[in-house]
Amino acid sequence: MAFASKSPWVIHYDGSSCNGCDIEVLATLCPGFDGERFGVVNTGNPKHADIFLVTGSVNERNIEVVREIYNQMLEPKVVVACGICACSGGIFHDCYNVIGGVDKAIPVDVYAPGCAVRPETLIDAIVAGVEVLDQKSKAMAEAKKGK
Amino acid sequence: MGKATVIPFGPQHPVLPEPLHLDLVVEDEKVIEAIPQIGFVHRGLEKLVETKDYNQFIYVAERICGICAMGHSLGYAETVEALMGVEAPKRAQYLRVIWHELSRIHSHILWLGLAADAFGFESMFMHCWRLRERVLTLFEKTTGGRVILSVVCVGGVVRDIDDAQMADVLSVLEGITDEYTQIMNTLISDYSVKNRTVGVGYLSHEEAIALSMVGPFARASNVNYDVRNFGRGAYGDLSDFQPITATDGDCYGRVVVRCKEVLQSIDIIKELAAKIPAGDIAVPVKGSPADGAEACNVLEQPRGECYYYARGNGTKYLDRMRMRTPTSQNIAGMVKALEGCDFADVNMIVLTIDPCISCTER
Repeated sequence: MAFASKSPWVIHYDGSSCNGCDIEVLATLCPGFDGERFGVVNTGNPKHADIFLVTGSVNERNIEVVREIYNQMLEPKVVVACGICACSGGIFHDCYNVIGGVDKAIPVDVYAPGCAVRPETLIDAIVAGVEVLDQKSKAMAEAKKGK
Repeated sequence: MGKATVIPFGPQHPVLPEPLHLDLVVEDEKVIEAIPQIGFVHRGLEKLVETKDYNQFIYVAERICGICAMGHSLGYAETVEALMGVEAPKRAQYLRVIWHELSRIHSHILWLGLAADAFGFESMFMHCWRLRERVLTLFEKTTGGRVILSVVCVGGVVRDIDDAQMADVLSVLEGITDEYTQIMNTLISDYSVKNRTVGVGYLSHEEAIALSMVGPFARASNVNYDVRNFGRGAYGDLSDFQPITATDGDCYGRVVVRCKEVLQSIDIIKELAAKIPAGDIAVPVKGSPADGAEACNVLEQPRGECYYYARGNGTKYLDRMRMRTPTSQNIAGMVKALEGCDFADVNMIVLTIDPCISCTER
């Protein structure tokens, strides 16, 4: 197990979500659900983060911001789409200013559906994301050895 | 004075759960101008009213904002009821207000936590969110949802709160009151909190009126304006309701007003729970609004007055649905309050207006 997966740091960005998923992301990290017992720490700096929690769909205005945050994160990194809007656009999928789920902008590893996403779903998604993080860091180590 | 520099603030910022972007024009450490840029959360959901009928649109209206979800579904339902000429049963009106006040408690405690986090009081943030979790449990017990409640329908509400559940709600609120009062007293009498907030981001009474501020932001500048005071729905049956105001007009005043409003909401729920009449919880609503019929409505959201307008066209699809949300009013005041402040105080001032960007941009 790599070090990052023992204590994954998460960064949260609100794409064009209604806030419902955002407050559930924060509630997951607060007492009650206490994501911190799994070593999950919320950070505001993309360069410190391992897991990118995106809520809400992407539109023309924020697609660059989502890409920018993703590009600033160091490898290995995992993207979790939190909530149905981030997965597919949800109830807003045919609004004129919604391009679609976050996967239209950046590669998504774990999809956590729900409106609003439940903290239990989010914890499951982060645990699944940690496995992906492990696989990615293993693949990176092997690629380095192969060189 | 130094040369003016532009420092971008947001859209991704640790103190903001939402994307708000400000271009701060800074000279030395002073902000001389703040230029807000919005559009990050715009989805265009008002246009969905053309493809969803008036009963379906309530689910879209709820998702304008996850924090004020209950308020938006209530405001929308009341507007459409006015359009169709129906009135929700008395018991439904009481239940709506009880849920709405519960969501005000959850919204204000959430905000209090974020504000505490903004001035570096992280343990307070955790305490507030722990308390808020109990309100969410009440929502889950009475409606089934934690954030999006989906409990209001056009013509009433879809679920009842029976006597046993109401007693449970009251006992949980009783428990919250004690702990909350302790947290509130710590916060508003704390020396370092006062140092950080007193005199910061001042907005005078005249400025607040000239800029049409609403909600706790205006009430902290001694503007005695609260839509609940109009006595609509179950609010009219309250024995005594006085908006909470402060004369400070600074960040501290806004913290105090919101802190006290939580206790006021708890009192409202207690009073309404004692007075709630028996009866139906919904009336059937049939037919479509008449062509050209118009209705408007105002509602006191946790962040201030929200205005709704609807127009029918003779079909079950509405012709137009428009909301004017409290934060879109308050952004002008925020920009004014930011002028001349210290750069380090920007996040404090932005948070004390309690911006709700997804309401604003829809």
